Amino acid sequence: MFKIILAVIGRDLKLALRRQADIVSALFFFVIVVSLFPLGVGPEPDLLRQLAPGVLWVAALLATMLSLPRLFADDFRDGTLEQLALAPHPLGLVVTGKVIAHWLVSGLPLALIAPVLGIQFDLSAEALAVLTLAILLGTPALSGIGAIGAALTLGLRGGGVLLSLLVLPLYIPVLIFGAGAVDATVSGLGGEGHLSLLIALTFAALGFAPWASAAALKIALE
Amino acid sequence: MKDRFNLYRFASPAVFYPLAGRMMPWFAAAAVIFGLAGLWLGMLVAPTDFQQGEGYRIIFIHVPASWMSMFIYLVMAFWAAIGLAFNTRLSGMMTAALAPTGALMAFLSLWTGAFWGKPMWGTWWVWDARLTSELILLFLYIGFLALTAAIDDVRRADKAGALLLLVGVVNVPIIYFSVKWWNTLHQGSSVNFAKSSMAETMLWGMLLMALCFWMYAIAVALARVRVIMLERERHTDWARAELARAGAEA
Amino acid sequence: MLEADNLECVRGERRLFAGVGFRLAAGELLFLQGRNGAGKTSLLRMLLGLLPPEQGEIRWHGEPIRALADDYRAALCYLGHLNAIKEELTPLENLLAAARLADEELAEDEALDALEQVGLAGREDLACKYLSQGQKRRVALARLVKEKRPLWILDEPFVALDAAAVEWLAKLISGHLQGGGLVVMTTHQPVNIPAGAVRELRLG
Repeated sequence: MFKIILAVIGRDLKLALRRQADIVSALFFFVIVVSLFPLGVGPEPDLLRQLAPGVLWVAALLATMLSLPRLFADDFRDGTLEQLALAPHPLGLVVTGKVIAHWLVSGLPLALIAPVLGIQFDLSAEALAVLTLAILLGTPALSGIGAIGAALTLGLRGGGVLLSLLVLPLYIPVLIFGAGAVDATVSGLGGEGHLSLLIALTFAALGFAPWASAAALKIALE
Repeated sequence: MKDRFNLYRFASPAVFYPLAGRMMPWFAAAAVIFGLAGLWLGMLVAPTDFQQGEGYRIIFIHVPASWMSMFIYLVMAFWAAIGLAFNTRLSGMMTAALAPTGALMAFLSLWTGAFWGKPMWGTWWVWDARLTSELILLFLYIGFLALTAAIDDVRRADKAGALLLLVGVVNVPIIYFSVKWWNTLHQGSSVNFAKSSMAETMLWGMLLMALCFWMYAIAVALARVRVIMLERERHTDWARAELARAGAEA
Repeated sequence: MLEADNLECVRGERRLFAGVGFRLAAGELLFLQGRNGAGKTSLLRMLLGLLPPEQGEIRWHGEPIRALADDYRAALCYLGHLNAIKEELTPLENLLAAARLADEELAEDEALDALEQVGLAGREDLACKYLSQGQKRRVALARLVKEKRPLWILDEPFVALDAAAVEWLAKLISGHLQGGGLVVMTTHQPVNIPAGAVRELRLG
């Protein structure tokens, strides 16, 4: 079971590393969107400090959306997806591997660069730590839920826009608890409750989403 | 088709089409009767609210619309589950027929909510937990409509839509509770529409209006599912006969 | 070994075929024939278990393939009209990755040997995006060289191949049949498969 997941992760990471431009451009998209906000709302540190968690999280959702359409599309186009669906193990495990690989190249870099952007918004060290942790814990859920949307819109006209339409409403709980964790820390309430709910969401998404995506992929492959 | 159990018989469009045609006028008539009675009770009989004045009467539309928008989503998810489990053609047609009504109800609920909010809160929109959840529900309806519209092959559209509905119905409670929690955390205004001290006539008015919306939704869904059936089955013998008959009458 | 009964296929609103059935024993080859759009590829997808038939059943060793699921998939090898190779990977990496994802054992020297047989010696470390169409097809075909699974399902395997490669592939297929394997395939080119009992199924 773990062998196949590891095999998929290994292959997808190798492919991603040969196409680094994709990872880097999603990351820069994140940086640019976050940097646009102070230009839009003005540079008052108090206001920025208040906005920071929400801005960073919304930008993280959008940056994740950017890489999602390609999650299955490349494999679908060149016929690899058929071969994966015909392999003698459940397709859900393959999708689990692909979701983990997607997180490693999309969610993880976002979490690593988030503290740097947080400094621009004048966040305290404690808030920065919680923000990073929240993005680290919440983004796997984004990759998981996003995989369902990517599988449902596979091969459709205007798939990318449709994908955001389907997936963004489902991201709302992650956004609420992710940004809420930082807010709660700043206001002195402590973000542990939010963070544990984020962990719960991530585990639920990773347990449930790959199988729903696998069902959607089978529909697309008929 | 093997006749494994009776559901299959009614799930066959050739059987369901005339049945739906016979049931539809009854539901439509019931909707009109309940609607007239409900409006009479709500608009003329029910007393003016001592806090909210006459403006509160919009809840006779707002509350039933909100109920129906949630209920229709559940019904669609039910049909979706049946469709994926038993591979019945009818279920896909039912979800397709119900979705526009559900979206309309969600929209109506938001619209009337805004009309109610202006005199009560002095603003068209408040990020109240219920209104926000209703807005997200509308997004879910739009997502379903957009996905099924984007897929040309109706079988794939039905299956993909059904899967999306099941994913959505699992997520709706999570979204609802997270929004509620977010709302209490940010101490937004949490004015309740339904006051516990509701006069009895108001309650009756609301129930009658809810029944009216219910009957309306069923009647419209039946009418729509008949059209969808004819469109999808236009190559089959029964649909050809039906179209020929309708053409001769016209 | 492989049996199909009374298969019916509906795509969109059209019924492509109905009442299609066949029986295929070890060492036999089934040629699927028919004009474009007759449903050859759809029938192949049914045999793969990707497309559930509207009616009818497909059995492998007497068991419905739906029930066998993974056990059936472990017995079949599919070559579609898409090559299923990654442009960014080298032929060698492609072969090894495909084997690993399909849960097969393939050592590196076996893979190198397979690539040499399809005439790609010296190109095993060049990313596939630099290869020609025919060479990419050969990378896909190299999968068959070390393939030990009994049932091969091939969709237009001879497309984009030169005469020598066509002959080589025909020999590979007869070798598989002589070893007791089964082959179901579609092709537009008349190809002479030297060994094995050949059955034909015409659609439409």
